[in-house]
Amino acid sequence: MRFKNVFSIIGPSMVGPSSSHTAGAVRIGLIGRQLLGEEPVSAKIALYGSFAETYWGHGTDLALAGGLLGYATDDARIAEALEEAARREIEIVFVKGVGMAPHPNTAKLELTAADGRSAQVLGASIGGGNIMIHEMNGFDVRCSGEYPTIVVLHHDRPGVIASLTAILSDSETNIGYMGVDRKGRSAEAMTVMELDSVPGQDLLQRLRGISDVIEVIVINLNSREAQSQ
Amino acid sequence: MRFRTLKELAAISLEESKTLAEVMIEDQAAETGVPREEIVAQMADYYEKMKEAVRRGLTEQTVSRSGLSGGDAVKVLDLVENGTPSSGDPSSRAMAYALAVSEVNASMGRIIATPTAGSCGIIPGVFVSSQERFGWSDEHMVNGLFAAGAIGYVIANNSFISGAEGGCQAEVGSAIGMAAGALVELRGGSAEQAMHAVGLALKNTLGLICDPVAGLVEIPCIVRNGLGAVNALAAADMGLAGVRSAIPSDEVVSVMLEVGAAMPSGHRETGQGGLAQTPTGRKLTEGLMKGRKPLEPESEEAAETVKTAE
Repeated sequence: MRFKNVFSIIGPSMVGPSSSHTAGAVRIGLIGRQLLGEEPVSAKIALYGSFAETYWGHGTDLALAGGLLGYATDDARIAEALEEAARREIEIVFVKGVGMAPHPNTAKLELTAADGRSAQVLGASIGGGNIMIHEMNGFDVRCSGEYPTIVVLHHDRPGVIASLTAILSDSETNIGYMGVDRKGRSAEAMTVMELDSVPGQDLLQRLRGISDVIEVIVINLNSREAQSQ
Repeated sequence: MRFRTLKELAAISLEESKTLAEVMIEDQAAETGVPREEIVAQMADYYEKMKEAVRRGLTEQTVSRSGLSGGDAVKVLDLVENGTPSSGDPSSRAMAYALAVSEVNASMGRIIATPTAGSCGIIPGVFVSSQERFGWSDEHMVNGLFAAGAIGYVIANNSFISGAEGGCQAEVGSAIGMAAGALVELRGGSAEQAMHAVGLALKNTLGLICDPVAGLVEIPCIVRNGLGAVNALAAADMGLAGVRSAIPSDEVVSVMLEVGAAMPSGHRETGQGGLAQTPTGRKLTEGLMKGRKPLEPESEEAAETVKTAE
């Protein structure tokens, strides 16, 4: 079943005009913001395929900017998101994506934080406002944002994944989907886990305490920040 | 969910003496683990937002970012209130309300995707106008949305609900089927009558292509929402009158899948065919592009690639 839920048929609540070009774009922007962990000071956004061709009429640029500002899909401020970004002195540049994209509606976000840290997201809007992230910080990993998702950056060493899953098991947290990618053997790796419940601070602290774990980030489109105000 | 087909949905409703809405609410709660009250409250919130979109579209200026659309809902409402609409007052009021919501959508206003933004006018058009006419409670309307959702769930999982995949039959067509079946239940018809209404409605949109001018959800999407609301009322009436879909509704859904899969890509939301590529469609597109600087390629290296490719 591709659609599992009545609210994927009736919903989402969104500003128009297109569930894939507008609502999905807001969600890709939000995931970028969550991966960076804060509001970016600059963003370079590459649009591919239909996003590049029709972004202006669909407000895809406004929607992506709205997501970066932390707006939900139905936030009325999306229509002025670029002006608000300018007021907050966030520099956003849109360019045309070149090369292969996983889907006709794809955006690649390169975000920079005030302290110089960066985050990168390649996301596709797959219809009805639903999205699929295909790449995070250069790792080939997937998530939809529909479930509370833990993104773990770690060293590629034996036992790291076992340690992660042991802690989740210990806290009776169920994993619905999991993916792992690494830059190379014994290099940095990323593990992404979609959970059935929101991870608490204790759980996150324990995961961060594993040796060889570099960073643990939570992504969740249904989190309070991502909900309508 | 316990049902995969419209036949199974109707059978559960009959066996357990529950409305389609009740079956959907119970299955949603079981599937997601979210308490029933929260599920109903979320749908009630969505219905409030639908009513708000109708109101905005009828009372505020709605001009799209492209300037291609806006203002038609008000014209139709004026005909209802000050003229003699050929299709009768209730039909043309549903049409005005559906146009209103689709115009709000095109102007970046807030709507509920039902099932998509491109088809977001039909269900509110039918629901809000019928609520006013028959004096129904909001609670009754929220139940109707669950009935519509149950029907849409089956269509989405056995065929398509996006124009990019299956053409406009998948978006506007699905919305008409959902609205028609739900209206039958709202008016006290049986689950079986509701399913026939779905089949009758879907038959009438089979083959409808998705051919938006400049790729934007405006021309012809908005008028198709207005006309779709009228079709939904008519299909519900056929169902309530006892008209049966000789081809079972699940089989009609499978034809939508067959036709959508065979549809050329030019007729699936690419703007490369149909109305988008008529002389006027092309002229409107060129007008929109005039003076608009195309996006720069993402890097100099990438720019070289573009030049080589060209």
